[in-house]
Amino acid sequence: MDQRDDIIEYSLHSHHSEKEGKKLRKKIWKVTLILSIVTAVEVFLGALVKQGSDMWLTVKVLFIVLTLLKAGYIVLSFMHLGDEKKTLKWIIILPYVIFTLYLIFIGLTEGASAGSKM
Amino acid sequence: MSGHASNEINANVGWEGKGSPFSVGYGKLMMWFFLVSDALTFGGFLVAYGFSRYSFGGAWPIGEETFDALPLLHGSYPLAYVALMTFILIISSVTMVLAVEAGHRMDRKGVTNWMLATVLGGLIFVGSQAWEWSHFIHGTKFGRVELSDGSLATAKGQFGKITSFEIVTPGSHYTEVGGMITNDNITVEEGDLMHAFQHAAAKRHMSRENGVLMITLHDGTLAKVNKEADTDLQLIVKRAGTQHAVSSAADESTRIHEEEGSIDLYYEALAKGNIVYGANLHENEYGPQTYGQFFFFVTGFHGFHVTIGIILNIVIFLNVLKGTYHRRGHYEMVEKGGLYWHFVDLVWVFVFTFFYLI
Repeated sequence: MDQRDDIIEYSLHSHHSEKEGKKLRKKIWKVTLILSIVTAVEVFLGALVKQGSDMWLTVKVLFIVLTLLKAGYIVLSFMHLGDEKKTLKWIIILPYVIFTLYLIFIGLTEGASAGSKM
Repeated sequence: MSGHASNEINANVGWEGKGSPFSVGYGKLMMWFFLVSDALTFGGFLVAYGFSRYSFGGAWPIGEETFDALPLLHGSYPLAYVALMTFILIISSVTMVLAVEAGHRMDRKGVTNWMLATVLGGLIFVGSQAWEWSHFIHGTKFGRVELSDGSLATAKGQFGKITSFEIVTPGSHYTEVGGMITNDNITVEEGDLMHAFQHAAAKRHMSRENGVLMITLHDGTLAKVNKEADTDLQLIVKRAGTQHAVSSAADESTRIHEEEGSIDLYYEALAKGNIVYGANLHENEYGPQTYGQFFFFVTGFHGFHVTIGIILNIVIFLNVLKGTYHRRGHYEMVEKGGLYWHFVDLVWVFVFTFFYLI
């Protein structure tokens, strides 16, 4: 099949030079290293600190923070959302964050309530 | 990548209204909107999981206790396998973003290689998940027992090898009294000694007198189980009965150890058939029934996404080989496939934390 000219699907600024590519690749490998280290730290902590111990709450919060950090790197760097226009960025992120925070709040509140009745 | 090419919106590349909102292509924007909705679906699953877990309290399985096996190896390696799977998916996300980067330079060979690597990474991940499911379904050697006081307990320790079944009362197939059934002469129907043992235990075809286990096989043969001793058998109480309190995950001394008679308690329950091995949609050895269903549903739905992603990536890969995007003058399709693929990785990051770690 030949090129489909009837489908318009071109974004602006979608090409870059060899030199810029080199810089970008360096950034990609840096993010890779960060993601790998964070995952290793998570597994290490998970195996080391037992659930229900005194440290557990701290570790649990740390897990969530590290997860959000990883998510941030994936979305902003790998998915290039960080390079998109500011309005687009917030249109994607904001509704999701607001709704999910609400969902987490209501899920945990109801879960605690259901748990106390069982 | 802003600010390199043109700064004017070219009417030829705009949408039908001759504009290009947010300076992104139509397909890319729609992919983003789809991903937001799909992320809400997964968010809903994980919140539902959190809800159930919160309402079950201490009976819920613990990730590092449940997922501590590695293929071909014995012993306990908490979370090692899941960590490996996570790493594989992260790496395949990296190869994908490298494919996108190569596309921006119109480097066809680079895109080809990185896309191929991404497809392979995806296949390895799905393969790993298949092993994980298989292991989850077949379960551990010990399974979970219901003790005589009504408490539920999972077991940890080294399972002593079953060496043979010694025929006591002959059946239709095994006729020689005193003969030994080993893995060499066992019938296909029984599988192997371990399989026959677990099957008989779960089907209540087991009995125990004076510490000796007796097994009834499919053909009616009654045989004595010859088995090496288990070492360091610990029972982790998940649901309290009248005599045993729930074990704390933080404190191993709250488990039932050999000194407290863990071996007798375990084999008494096993001989009565109060035992569950592995997982299915009705029950599982790890925890509440809901837990098994969440495992199958959440990781299954994610695995389904990965599978779709691999198919999309293969289609894109073939188009790269054919030069479709090169002729088009841009590799935006790789970018769109990439968005989906990164999203799959993103979801796994959350599943990893909330299902396995916490």
